[in-house]
Amino acid sequence: MKCGDGDTAQQKDLQGLGWCNAVDEGLMVSGINPECPISCCSVIPTSDLTADSACLSREPIPDITLTGAVEPDGGTALLAAPVASHPHPTMSLPKPTTSHPHPAATLPHRATTLLDTAITHLSQQPASPTPALLPVRTLTSQCSRPHAGFSHCIDWGNLAPELVLYIFQFLPLVDRARASQVCHAWTNVFHQPELWRRFEFELSNPATSYLKATHPDLIQQIIKRHSSHLHYVSFKVDSSKESAEAACDILSQLVNCSLKTLGLISTARPSFLDVSKSHFVSALTVVFVNSKSLSSLRIDDTPMDDPSLKVLVANNSDTLKLLKMSSCPHISPAGILCVADQCKGLRELALNYHLLSDDLLLALSTERHVHLEHLRVDVVSEDPTTGEPQIPFRSIRRSSWEALLRHSPSVNLVMYFYLDAEEEFEAFFCDATPVTHLYFGHSVSKAVLGRVGLHCPRLVELVVCANGMQLLDEELICIAQRCRSLTAIGLGECEVSCSAFVQFVRLCGDRLMQLSIMEEVLIPDNHYCSLEDIHPEVSRYLGRPWYPDAMPTW
Amino acid sequence: MNFTSSRRFLLQSLEDLDSSLRKLNSRLFVIRGQPADVFPQLFKEWNINRLTFEYDSEPFGKERDSAIKKLASKAGVEVCVQISHTLYDLDKIIKLNDGQPPLTYKRFQALVSRMDPLEKPMDTLSPKVMGACRTPLWDDHDERYGVPTLEELGFDTEGLSSAVWQGGEMEALTRLDRHLERKAWVANFERPRMNANSLLASPTGLSPYLRFGCLSCRLFYYKLTELYKKVKKNSSPPLSLYGQLLWREFFYTAATNNPKFDRMVGNPICVQMPWDRNPEALAKWAEGRTGYPWIDAIMTQLKQEGWIHHLARHAVACFLTRGDLWISWEEGMKVFDEFLLDADWSVNAGSWMWLSCSSFFQQFFHCYCPVGFGRRTDPNGDYIRRYIPLLRGFPAKYIYDPWNAPEAVQKAARCVVGVDYPKPMLNHAEASRLNIERMKQIYQHLSRYRGLCLLASVPSTGNVGFSSYNTAACTFRGNANRGIAAKEAGGLTRRQETKSVSNMGGQQQEAAVLFSPSPPASKPQGSVITVVDVSTLKRDWTSPFGEDTAFPHNKITKHASDRSAVDN
Repeated sequence: MKCGDGDTAQQKDLQGLGWCNAVDEGLMVSGINPECPISCCSVIPTSDLTADSACLSREPIPDITLTGAVEPDGGTALLAAPVASHPHPTMSLPKPTTSHPHPAATLPHRATTLLDTAITHLSQQPASPTPALLPVRTLTSQCSRPHAGFSHCIDWGNLAPELVLYIFQFLPLVDRARASQVCHAWTNVFHQPELWRRFEFELSNPATSYLKATHPDLIQQIIKRHSSHLHYVSFKVDSSKESAEAACDILSQLVNCSLKTLGLISTARPSFLDVSKSHFVSALTVVFVNSKSLSSLRIDDTPMDDPSLKVLVANNSDTLKLLKMSSCPHISPAGILCVADQCKGLRELALNYHLLSDDLLLALSTERHVHLEHLRVDVVSEDPTTGEPQIPFRSIRRSSWEALLRHSPSVNLVMYFYLDAEEEFEAFFCDATPVTHLYFGHSVSKAVLGRVGLHCPRLVELVVCANGMQLLDEELICIAQRCRSLTAIGLGECEVSCSAFVQFVRLCGDRLMQLSIMEEVLIPDNHYCSLEDIHPEVSRYLGRPWYPDAMPTW
Repeated sequence: MNFTSSRRFLLQSLEDLDSSLRKLNSRLFVIRGQPADVFPQLFKEWNINRLTFEYDSEPFGKERDSAIKKLASKAGVEVCVQISHTLYDLDKIIKLNDGQPPLTYKRFQALVSRMDPLEKPMDTLSPKVMGACRTPLWDDHDERYGVPTLEELGFDTEGLSSAVWQGGEMEALTRLDRHLERKAWVANFERPRMNANSLLASPTGLSPYLRFGCLSCRLFYYKLTELYKKVKKNSSPPLSLYGQLLWREFFYTAATNNPKFDRMVGNPICVQMPWDRNPEALAKWAEGRTGYPWIDAIMTQLKQEGWIHHLARHAVACFLTRGDLWISWEEGMKVFDEFLLDADWSVNAGSWMWLSCSSFFQQFFHCYCPVGFGRRTDPNGDYIRRYIPLLRGFPAKYIYDPWNAPEAVQKAARCVVGVDYPKPMLNHAEASRLNIERMKQIYQHLSRYRGLCLLASVPSTGNVGFSSYNTAACTFRGNANRGIAAKEAGGLTRRQETKSVSNMGGQQQEAAVLFSPSPPASKPQGSVITVVDVSTLKRDWTSPFGEDTAFPHNKITKHASDRSAVDN
């Protein structure tokens, strides 16, 4: 079951990518009401809504049966449930407003529009897969009046808190904050734990980044008032050390919270690596020790070290399912091995190749361990400017890969290569490798691609950014013949003759869902003297119109 | 040096126009002042009854021109506006696409192939056509209406190197002939393959002439068609023949109704990225001090000559933005605007958005390597030696990465890296690794794609995906009165900066004739191309065939649901 994607969120989601807190205007709510609990806030990223509603749907409401009437999409089906199965005594929607005058019965206009907006939002959702339509229908059918008259027949002051809560989940934080000023009842709803399960802290210095920052007052509010409600937390930081340090400072204040998910995300340079190791580690330790049920942890590009991994394991070994720690220079193979040994529920793991070992693969493949779903491995050269000698990459034994596959037959093995020197590739693809997604970020030789064709039968996606100046004809054809699961390929600075390319596509056929080939890649030959010639044939094999990727000539 | 070369090019073009008009016993009148001030005055002074000018499709120009048009109608002057800076009436393309500008080039091509054939351009004006028509001239014409000099416009011309690109219609037509000759000789209408030579300013290059209106795009289009039919025995030319013209048209179409086309924030078609603001790094890039000879050579050529090859543009643009420095494309655009002769506002901003993968549904997987790309293009490194003489002594093996050369080699080359030439400002391998991750985060969020496939992170092409950039926040500033514009006459199109150089034929006859109100000529269009990649539209973005990355958004939902499944 996955979360309802909060289609209300979609609009904003798309325009602003959520995390840039898209809206320019209207962020500031201060000044509307001096008693406003939040003086200022950024619009919550749209995904928050999703998560909020997800949390809500799951957390508080007991004995709710998931009615199959709606999409099997947990989120909103459950949300609808309180309306349907727990009719609140005060939920007198159909009643005319005349019944009993309430202090808040004459609502300010903006509140009316607020609900209207929420409803419009709901009804604007794209057609069928939108579970959120259900509650609207429920409401309106109980109301038994046409939609247009809806807002006039509600006793606003008596609106059930569940309903307000439900509506709030569809509103960005800034709108919730505004709405909370309407009356005490709504303020109470505003502070309901369900609305504060998820938060994304954005820390940046406007002078050095385009990333919009979460207002410090809001951060303080959350720490003071809602930290114990937080379950899903992420920090986005810009390139500055100060932002990363601020993130650590917030983390160390989250003493009474019980996080399930924590993500530290560098949106530009890896600024967490600039924070002193002790500062970083002590902040994380606070979370590890207090949140005993952490299930997802993303700490790529951070100064995490072995001892703090041990703390993580000691406190969260039963719950940890996801661990992403690519490019953490202070972690050793032994450190990650300890995680694999203890955390039997680990399903997803991302790390650098130098942490990968035969022992690790075997530890992940023991009987007591759940099936691994994703393993992401970054193969990165040491920074040549540090002057330290390069440690050659070791090969993983064929038997270790086989053990992993036996235990987790459908594991996705994702490998990202950022290597420059040909010699560095020597450890790879000389024997069967169960890689499924392969990305060559820099130049990769013809020879290596030849080995990929021979030894990667599970390959699903192949992306080659650059190659020398030789045609990759035989290599591609070999890949088409032997990688029978290949569905996506991207070629950047490479060269392939048009004939070989057409043959490649013919061999793969319509299983090629993604075919991203730069125009310059395709070299005309005797059979095809221009790109115009190959396009109909390629389109026919794919069963859809296809064109190479063009770049502007300017 | 700001804008000096493009201003020089403009003035040369005006001089050339003036000399052409002299041959017809007329002159070019360059009026000093703000258009809104001087036009009402001139209407009276010269007893004008008709004003003719070229349509400007860019938001800034549209606004200015509509003001002029109002002034004209107030003064009882008939206004005649003609489209000639672009091939098509851009509003018609947009209308054909249900009111939205197409956001993929393929879609654009498909629309263009459905447009009416272009009219044949007018013949060049001849004395015969002029007939008895006379331009009244004053004795002090040169002082009052002559083409200004750079100094008069306040530019410092000291130490200004001679122009590699000479402005003017004469030069443009000579180049056009050479351009066509070479095409005819090669007899292959494919895009020429890139090599070391293509990096240098070509005597057949036309882009600055198109930008300043020295060369009519319709004439170029027509000549290409004519040639193709001659060489290929009357088969109808493919759209790719007009690539250079159509790309330009594409960006003009995308920009015409979007006043925020040249910035990220508030631009409905632009993906919002958390770029760094880093003036220091930006300056290194702009001044050619990155320590990557390939990047530095390109930026040096740009500053010296005002033109660089389009693949060189890709290289430096990628380096500044998504590839290495993670600095906003807006900053790069400003630098190009200052130095590049052919930097039309729409094309410049559009190309930067394209190259930084900020719009137009670009795959981002490919970063140009600041070492490997150059080496592939010009293995010998002659291009580097030409623009960075300091590195002349390096052997080809090290010229793209001199910091890797042994000390002895550096000494022999009389250029020690870190002393004479800067060390590379960053580690490309590391930077590109991080930036690919950043791009992936952004695009997976945008496309709501949860799978592991990198290529599938980019939303599908075609206009269905349009909505993903352009939703509720459409902030078009309501340029409703389209089709109304005022413009400098004389075929010279340039949006006005602080100094407004405006030329206007002394009499309506001269001005009008430059816009070729021509008879329709039927012209078969290129092959029809089917529109959208339907298969990609069917893709279910939300189906998690394995989740990864885009952590907060996806993981939380997944594990939250896991948890609820497990705990509850």
